[in-house]
Amino acid sequence: MQGVTKRHYVIISKGDVFVLKPSENEKEIIIEHVAEILGGWRADRENLIPILQDVQDRLGYLPGVAMEKIATAMDIPAVDVFGLATFYNQFRLNPPGDHQFKVCMGTACYMVGGNIAMDSFKRRLSIGEGDTTPDRKFSLERVVCVGCCSIAPVVVVDDMIEGKVTPTRVDGILLAFEDKHQKKDDNKGNQGQEGV
Amino acid sequence: MSKTITLTIDDRKVTAPEGEKLLWVALENDIYIPNLCAIKEEGRPSASCRLCFVHVEGLPAPVTSCTQAVREGMVVKTRTPQVDRLVRTAFELLLSDHRLKCSTCPQNRSCELQKIARARGLKLKLKRFKSLGKEYPLYESPGLFTFDRSRCVLCGRCVWVDHEVAKVGAIGFARRGLKRMVTTFGNIDLDASSCTECGLCVKACPVGALNFTGEQSSEKDG
Repeated sequence: MQGVTKRHYVIISKGDVFVLKPSENEKEIIIEHVAEILGGWRADRENLIPILQDVQDRLGYLPGVAMEKIATAMDIPAVDVFGLATFYNQFRLNPPGDHQFKVCMGTACYMVGGNIAMDSFKRRLSIGEGDTTPDRKFSLERVVCVGCCSIAPVVVVDDMIEGKVTPTRVDGILLAFEDKHQKKDDNKGNQGQEGV
Repeated sequence: MSKTITLTIDDRKVTAPEGEKLLWVALENDIYIPNLCAIKEEGRPSASCRLCFVHVEGLPAPVTSCTQAVREGMVVKTRTPQVDRLVRTAFELLLSDHRLKCSTCPQNRSCELQKIARARGLKLKLKRFKSLGKEYPLYESPGLFTFDRSRCVLCGRCVWVDHEVAKVGAIGFARRGLKRMVTTFGNIDLDASSCTECGLCVKACPVGALNFTGEQSSEKDG
């Protein structure tokens, strides 16, 4: 495993750090959405979780600016909102990628090498768990049991289930997406040329 | 509320205002009960360090004295085999997540963990549990203090003074379970956060996680 020496392990978790900062334009949209959601709730601490859930439903994740806005509205320190958002697994702080990989780390998958599949994704995409690639094409997540342990280790690619995932299969999955993107880009290019 | 009641702690009769929490009554009467997370002014104790267990006659199991309100005629024992066992386990668990190099720690000799070990005859060594060996990078503020998360016991005193006394709101808890840590919004460095470097959290830290550097290093004790 990465970051493990014989006796010490270093905690590497980038998933709860804002790696991808939204652009100014995005920020405005985020703040608009959050203001609208806040309008529907009493700004009371007991409503904090449902508000965060609403924001995540709307935006797909909890951006830093959204959390700061909510904290200001509730008159609590922003770090408390951050603490809550990092406490629950249901919240994500980075935008989901166009394609999401959910690597199962349930008991069965873990025993037959779910962590190997996870490490392959991490290596190939150069991101950590809970992260999104800088081009926002892919995001990587850990899940616990998707209910098909007989074909472990399992990876859920968007909504498709991939069974018996080896590092070679990981390469295959990524290659398929690269091909798709390539074709799309080519098509776009062609259309562009036709347009000219 | 201001009614005075009498209770017995370790065969000693003491008086206290009714409703006061047992831990504070004992401490005020010089009866030491180990504690880390307790803050007297805090309305609702977090009761998370699990060190202040006592036996109250009539209750089936030991209770945390920071949450137990005193009653008339209460009979309390601070040391029973059951209590000692609970405290020992809680203490060992805390040590398993704490960098145990007292000789190199700035808080050596004034550390709350050492005080508890002395009071209860516990060893500052790991026997039963393995060290988690978490290594966090050391944070050094420009000239005032250092923050070593590897020594943090997550008592929450720093967070409480930051929120309630300094009213800054720069630090708080994040993540869950073994990954729980005291951090800033977005996990950024303290000097980039809203931290005002008031130093109150450093004074509140019972262990060697937050330490003054330089001239002020002698200011912190107890």
